[in-house]
Amino acid sequence: MSFYVVQFITGLASACSLFLVASGLSIIFGVTRIVNFAHGAFYMLGAYVAYTAIERLGPALGFWPAALLACVAVAAIGALVEMTLLRRIYDAPELFQLLATFGVTLAVEDLVLLIWGPNELLGPRAPGFKGAVPILGQLFPTYDLLLIGLAPVVLIALWLLFRRTHWGVLVRAATQDREMAAALGVNQKWLFTSVFALGVFLAALGGALALPREAASHDMDMSVILESLVVVVIGGLGSLPGAFLAAVLVAELNAFGILVLPGVSMALSFVVMALVLVVRPWGLLGKPEALSRPPTGAGATRWRPLDTRGRLAVVLALALVAALPLVGGPYALNVASELAIFALFAASLHFLVGGAGLVSFGHAAYFGLGAYGAALAVKTLGLGMAPAIGCGVLLALAGGIVFGWFCVRLTGVHSAMLTLAFSQVVWSVAFQWTDVTGGDNGIIGVWPAAWAASPQRFFWLCLAVCALAAGLLRVILFSPFGYALRALRDSEPRAATIGIARQPMQWAGFALAAAFAGLAGALYAFLKGSVFPDTLGIPLSIDGLVMVLVGGVDTISGGIVGAVLFRGLSIWTISHTDYSRLVDGALIVALVLMFPRGLIGTISARFKR
Amino acid sequence: MTALRVERLAKSYRGFMAVKNVSFSLEAGEMLALIGPNGAGKTTCFNMINGQIAPTSGEIHIFERRADGLGPRAIGRLGVGRTFQVAATFASMSLVENVQTALLARHGELWPSLRSAVRRRRDEALAILALVGMADDADRLTAEIAYGDVKRLDLAMALASEPRLLLMDEPAAGMSPSERRGLMALTERLARERGIGVLFTEHDMDVVFGHADRLLVLNRGQLIADGKPEDVRARQDVRDIYLGAGSLEGGSR
Amino acid sequence: MAWHSGILSAALLAAALGGAPAWADDTIKIGEINSYSALPSFTAPYRKGWELALDQINAAGGVDGKKLEVISKDDGGKPANAVTEANELVESDHVAMLAGTFFSNIGLAVSDFAKQKKVLFLAAEPLTDAITLTKGNRYTFRLRPSNYEQAAMLAEEAAKLPAKKWATIAPNYEYGQSAVAVFKALLSKARPDIQWVGAQWPPQGKIDAGAVVEAIAKTQPDAILNVCFGPDLVKLVREGETRGLFKGRTVVSFLTGEPEYLDPLKDETPTGWIVTGYPWNNVSIPDHAAFLKAYQDKYHDYPRLGSVVGYSTIKAAAAIIAKAKSTDTDKMIAAAEDVKFATPFGEVTFRKIDHQSTLGAFVGKTALKDGKGIMTDVVFHDGAGYLPPEAMVKAERPKD
Repeated sequence: MSFYVVQFITGLASACSLFLVASGLSIIFGVTRIVNFAHGAFYMLGAYVAYTAIERLGPALGFWPAALLACVAVAAIGALVEMTLLRRIYDAPELFQLLATFGVTLAVEDLVLLIWGPNELLGPRAPGFKGAVPILGQLFPTYDLLLIGLAPVVLIALWLLFRRTHWGVLVRAATQDREMAAALGVNQKWLFTSVFALGVFLAALGGALALPREAASHDMDMSVILESLVVVVIGGLGSLPGAFLAAVLVAELNAFGILVLPGVSMALSFVVMALVLVVRPWGLLGKPEALSRPPTGAGATRWRPLDTRGRLAVVLALALVAALPLVGGPYALNVASELAIFALFAASLHFLVGGAGLVSFGHAAYFGLGAYGAALAVKTLGLGMAPAIGCGVLLALAGGIVFGWFCVRLTGVHSAMLTLAFSQVVWSVAFQWTDVTGGDNGIIGVWPAAWAASPQRFFWLCLAVCALAAGLLRVILFSPFGYALRALRDSEPRAATIGIARQPMQWAGFALAAAFAGLAGALYAFLKGSVFPDTLGIPLSIDGLVMVLVGGVDTISGGIVGAVLFRGLSIWTISHTDYSRLVDGALIVALVLMFPRGLIGTISARFKR
Repeated sequence: MTALRVERLAKSYRGFMAVKNVSFSLEAGEMLALIGPNGAGKTTCFNMINGQIAPTSGEIHIFERRADGLGPRAIGRLGVGRTFQVAATFASMSLVENVQTALLARHGELWPSLRSAVRRRRDEALAILALVGMADDADRLTAEIAYGDVKRLDLAMALASEPRLLLMDEPAAGMSPSERRGLMALTERLARERGIGVLFTEHDMDVVFGHADRLLVLNRGQLIADGKPEDVRARQDVRDIYLGAGSLEGGSR
Repeated sequence: MAWHSGILSAALLAAALGGAPAWADDTIKIGEINSYSALPSFTAPYRKGWELALDQINAAGGVDGKKLEVISKDDGGKPANAVTEANELVESDHVAMLAGTFFSNIGLAVSDFAKQKKVLFLAAEPLTDAITLTKGNRYTFRLRPSNYEQAAMLAEEAAKLPAKKWATIAPNYEYGQSAVAVFKALLSKARPDIQWVGAQWPPQGKIDAGAVVEAIAKTQPDAILNVCFGPDLVKLVREGETRGLFKGRTVVSFLTGEPEYLDPLKDETPTGWIVTGYPWNNVSIPDHAAFLKAYQDKYHDYPRLGSVVGYSTIKAAAAIIAKAKSTDTDKMIAAAEDVKFATPFGEVTFRKIDHQSTLGAFVGKTALKDGKGIMTDVVFHDGAGYLPPEAMVKAERPKD
């Protein structure tokens, strides 16, 4: 019995550190509607800055004042980011803000590496909380007890801040109704800045408080942002008690889950998140939200089919690209094949986001399913390349049909979060089902058939397939079905009244987009000769969104151009610089600031004037 | 034929009765206005009829078919069109594409295919746009036209489904006085010509008294008056609700 | 609008891909790929190591009268990037061979690419046994002592312990799984009386250390095998020490004695763990002294294990090319199969049947000295004595 008690309070300690970070994310989302992807980066900064502060100032100031000072410093950095970056793009589509914070994350990762060096830094232990006390005969770290005490204190402090101060009242008003708060004469700028700073402070506090338990390291940001997203979604977006409850739930499930299934940790929180979203989309303690327009920003530009001149130009451009083997060597063709594949991947995501108005944070799952389907068909069924690609498409389609059925039942950010949860579940399966997928070691030896093996032929194959498929997606967008998807995106109430059934239509759209992503993934498997779990991972899903948004979600060709640009850039920077993330991140931020409608969107808007 | 018959319709939210036992009917070709002060239950009542919320009790019959509890799409299939208080149109499409989409939906032609929709039912759509006087603007982007025009497009889209019952939620909201008159005159003409029953809620008494054949007055969830505009206007209890009878002195025909 | 973007894409493509590589006959190029941005704590010293070797080789006149050049790429920790870069190195830069990689999956991806392109690949650091066994190929050679060898060295020590009940903690991916599997098999073979009472598989990089420690403690093992490393190791050590998990129990731990993992633990280094590693200031191998001096003179820092691996990789590459007197792949393979080259750990060769090098490793016990973790009772094990048995290689490795 005593074991279970100790395991329970051990889980509570984990829950408390999880809550601290998640609460900041929740507050920021509640007021600004920004899914602050940089929250993990601020957590990491909190840990590193606190490390330095405690080391340098600790002897003079003491451990706790130094740590707090560090958190304030990071909060100031957060405020600066908000003022110089986010403030300029609050009017842009919500996904753009996600994109900007993603760029910040990338840049911070390399900055931390530049400033603090490559080694992980063992955090100093908190004075007075180094030891353990016996609880029911088992030793329990005093620092964990401190955390267990601290989290409710923070929860209550935040509650008082929001209920008992004028500022808190304004924040709550802004949370419930942005326009109304603006009408009340609230200075929204400073309200947003202060809320963002508070959220970042909490993230930094989480990082600083993690130091006595672990080392500051370069990859602490990614796992934290995902974990806290899960907590915020399960608890209910914007609900602090919800975040607390969800943190406890997730941590306890993990603490007891590993007793039954020692390898369960990886997928568990995402399975719980998916279940909660399916049963109670607005989270445990969240409030059901009125249907909001999907945050894609699509819908302000007229889409027209190509006129004769346009068609000619496309054919010309394709012919030009197809002539690449005349000037480019095998490497150039290899890169060009990759760009073609990502152009198709981005086009399929654009179909979903731009066309159907469904945001996906997990589109890579279908790309990866396509890749795994093809690779498994080659390796276990012994199929040739062409039928294997077919298998990949079918697997992705199947995934799209199953997961899409659930995802279209929700709307807006909840639906997007469900796509994220599903993609993580698929990723965990690929990662852990070593017997079939090879786990982390992946599947190798998936090379093209002899007839397509030369770089030229494989390039032509990729170009032909991807151009055809992207063209097909375009044709579908201009078919009655495409009209239906866009109608649902633009005005769901009107679409319903004229008799368009949202869920089946969007389900079909989701499945189609998944199948086309799967086609791209299947080609990718043969391009690389191998498949690994990272083809289903969140970074690739985010890359896809970057491509679509950089190109312009509002233009049909935006995804394709964005893919060529962004992927080309990534390939170049990683090959030519040591700080590719800094360069990529800075460029993303710059693009967001300069081209808030995406590159093509902004350029074509200029042309019009 | 009776287009709409509502019997003892009621809605309660956690014990609060928003709409109490409301009964009325609407004939084909009739313009029926539903009025009442803020919080009287107009919108609740309206949204129960268009299927957005389910009634707590009572019955709704649309063309003698039971319709209470049906969703908006099922209601639409019964031959009901509607317009929205804030016009609901497809901003990224041209005007004609908006109407085309409505036509394609009505004919069940929206499933995935590779046929282009660009010319499908375009002529029919143009005809409907002409009906609301917008044929010349057919190829303009909806996001770029004036709000009054968007409301006319909203009406055109409702008409595309050839409704026999039209539900209009504050049709005149957000429009200039001249636009209001134009839109309501158009609606009335179409209702008369095509025998469409029209139920509309409205704040603007000029619109109400200018176009309604009959008035329903709701107060605190109860139907307190159902009759011709002149009769309703004369009633003291109605006047009391609208504090200061001045606001009831709308224009007459 | 769409046609603008079409033309734009085409132009971009052309601009990005144009340009032919320069080709110089008086240099030999080696293409090197590693996870510099994803795993800097290991790869930064690794880079210093190979740069040192490169300097020494070129200062001594290069290889076969030609200057050796290393073109180095960062794969960002992703196999797909590594394959793209391998392609660039082979097709654009025309390198003589590929070298490097840290993560097992990247090593496997590049190894398979090398097989496809018929290029020699000198895998520097990946530990997975698959790269020389189940997925081995004639183009791939691996330098660092493999998972199997590390497990064999540790199992040998573990078998001497009185402990009968064992529990394992390992990161939940192929590396952790195969490390545990080989260790279990070898130890159970040496000591049939051993019971395996518990196993925990935390996700890599996300260990919930308190819960894992309690779950292991509940199984009351006499000894624990740990395969976690990096930030997970730090968390595990802190929680385990505070909660008394390690009290009265022996811990056997993979790689923990490597400075990359030992140094961050500072004064919290657990004592008495049996580990594989690299006690850089306590090595009695003669070749090491020269390496240590050269390294410290050049960088004013002490070498990590990565430094030794990086250094030895380029030394091996140079030796192979010198012996082959050619950069023809087949000739280099033939040369590599019985090349002898100098490393800080003494002379090393590649075993012909599986292309695994005989580079050895140190086994010792962790201890604390002046607030830093060190290894004591250090024994150097020549890799040749711990290679997978030939019968196992024959059974598992595909025929070329």
